[in-house]
Amino acid sequence: MEKKNIVELKDVFVSLGGETVLDGLNLSIEDKEFITLLGPSGCGKTTTLRIIAGFLNPDKGEIFFEDRKFNGVPAYKRQVNTIFQRYALFPHLNVYENVAFGLRVKKTPEKEIKKQVSEMLSLVNLSGFEKRHIDTLSGGQQQRVAIARAIANRPKVLLLDEPLAALDLKLRKDMQKELRRIQRQLGITFIFVTHDQEEALTMSDRVVVMDKGRIQQVGTPQDIYNEPKNAFVADFIGESNILDGIMKKDYEVSFSGNTFKCLDKGFVDNENVDVVVRPEDVDIVPPDKGMLEGVVTSVAFLGVHYEIIVDIGGFKWMIQTTDKHNVNDKVGLIIEPDAIHIMKKSEYSGLYGDYSSYSEELDHLSDIIPEE
Amino acid sequence: MNNKGFGRRILTSPYIVWSAIFVIVPLLIMVYFALTDNNGIFTIQNLQGIGKYKKAFGLSILYAVIATVITLVISYPMAYFMTKMNISSQRMIMMIVMLPMWTNFLIRTYSWITILANKGIINTVLNRLGFHTLRLINTPGAVILGMVYDFIPYMILPIYSVMCKIDNSLLEAASDLGSNGFSRLRRVIIPLSVPGVISGITMVFVPSVSTFYISQKLGGNKTLLIGDAIEYLFNAGPDFYNIASALSLVLMVMILICLAVMNKFTNEDDGGVII
Ligand SMILES: Nc1ncnc2c1ncn2[C@@H]1O[C@H](COP(=O)(O)OP(=O)(O)OP(=O)(O)O)[C@@H](O)[C@H]1O
Ligand SMILES: [Mg+2]
Repeated sequence: MEKKNIVELKDVFVSLGGETVLDGLNLSIEDKEFITLLGPSGCGKTTTLRIIAGFLNPDKGEIFFEDRKFNGVPAYKRQVNTIFQRYALFPHLNVYENVAFGLRVKKTPEKEIKKQVSEMLSLVNLSGFEKRHIDTLSGGQQQRVAIARAIANRPKVLLLDEPLAALDLKLRKDMQKELRRIQRQLGITFIFVTHDQEEALTMSDRVVVMDKGRIQQVGTPQDIYNEPKNAFVADFIGESNILDGIMKKDYEVSFSGNTFKCLDKGFVDNENVDVVVRPEDVDIVPPDKGMLEGVVTSVAFLGVHYEIIVDIGGFKWMIQTTDKHNVNDKVGLIIEPDAIHIMKKSEYSGLYGDYSSYSEELDHLSDIIPEE
Repeated sequence: MNNKGFGRRILTSPYIVWSAIFVIVPLLIMVYFALTDNNGIFTIQNLQGIGKYKKAFGLSILYAVIATVITLVISYPMAYFMTKMNISSQRMIMMIVMLPMWTNFLIRTYSWITILANKGIINTVLNRLGFHTLRLINTPGAVILGMVYDFIPYMILPIYSVMCKIDNSLLEAASDLGSNGFSRLRRVIIPLSVPGVISGITMVFVPSVSTFYISQKLGGNKTLLIGDAIEYLFNAGPDFYNIASALSLVLMVMILICLAVMNKFTNEDDGGVII
């Protein structure tokens, strides 16, 4: 099946209040895919959506919609609908009228509106809520009204700006499935924004990792996880030990004072690289049987597994294991070739991937994302 | 719990006393005068006697309605365009709107006499240009102009403040759903500014319907409004207090009925507003 691009951004620059917000964005979005923009707060996710929706014009660069140039086309003429970060439901209208809004603007016949609205409300499991006022709805219900209101217009592209951020964990999980189902059922392209990496990985066909107004990597969730392009991506998606290494030659890398076989090639001999080893890919063995040797400095039990920190020559590794170890135990590590991923050096090298300042509490603090 | 209630009662008591003295007591005095004769004996004769003032009532309501409509027609677009301007222009226009409110009401009205009089500013200019003198002062138009001028800030301010509070994301949502500028105005801005319009109408209509000074100064003696009638009667001496109070009572009841109707109107739209 040939994939056709529905939205394309070419070299898009945006600056707001004298600050560069989008710094040369290039992105092609395929028809009917579920693509997620993922990145830390302030990296330009909402701005990217606003460019596509037409609320903002890029300072430089082009936007294409189905291969037609879209710069300067006002929002109300675009076949794109948005679910806003804070829903933006109309407080003077009830649920029915909110969902009917777009259809009324298009002067759809009353009978057709009625049919469409009840169809949409049943799609989001809100049948029977027609007459309810917006401020009598729970957060999750408001959210579903926002979805129904947007898709009632049968957009080709739906933009969703952190629509689940305000929901509790349980509801959030349900809505993730729900959104996925709706997307498949209607065959609409979803451009989804989140700063929750787990949400991004479980829901998306493709993930776009952004930082500082630039795209760091685009790929399937598996690509992004298994083959991060740089230290930022490796660190942002899941846990990673990121080490300085030297690519001796194809399939051979040295780090932490030892040389390892790996599956990577195509680097210059003796090139400096970043080496990623995921915590779950390391095997722990008795000290004398390992490729590396270190001392356990902390142990945390997380239910399914233990998360231990091992000091190897001053660098702290995070390792996940199902066996119990104690602080101050000496352990050996085995790292198989397929557990090693090599990345080119980048501006992010050396910033991430060392667990020396790691503690449970700190980690949890950094998980609490500030409200926008 | 009890303590809190007690504390609150202590804190609110000055206001209760204040409103008792300055709001309730005068009202009671008015009702007392309206329902008694010169000797303090209960009668409804005063109320029966207001038939003579039918014309003044009718005229007052007519003028107040016209003035309110004109104020609304001017203020709504003005408030709307103000919200579209940058902050410093908004502040400046706000100042200009408020400035007359800081000037004495009598002075403001007098200044219109010098503008509209037969030898006033407008006619002087017209005469210089070779036109005939226009009769501007002592006309119904001058009275309505005075009302509009004096009360327009009370229309602009509530509408403007309601419009400022409309969340920009709602307008973006409307565009997103296909609304162009006009449709956004019709489907979002106007419905959401109804509460401001209602309180603006109330705040202009109520003083307009009961005003007496404007009509005397700008309308000559030809247009007797109900406010003027009440004032004349009170000035005529204690013998007329009872009938004057009866007129005031009827006027007040009429205004209350208007407000109730208006509030019902807003409550239906769920924007219930109290002035
Ligand atoms: N109107 C504006 N004026 C000035 N700066 C702005 C404006 N809007 C956004 N910015 C800046 O642009 C940057 C990107 O903003 P954006 O809203 O796109 O971030 P985001 O990735 O959506 O973040 P979050 O996850 O917190 O929602 C931020 O640094 C923000 O402060
Ligand atoms: Mg955002």
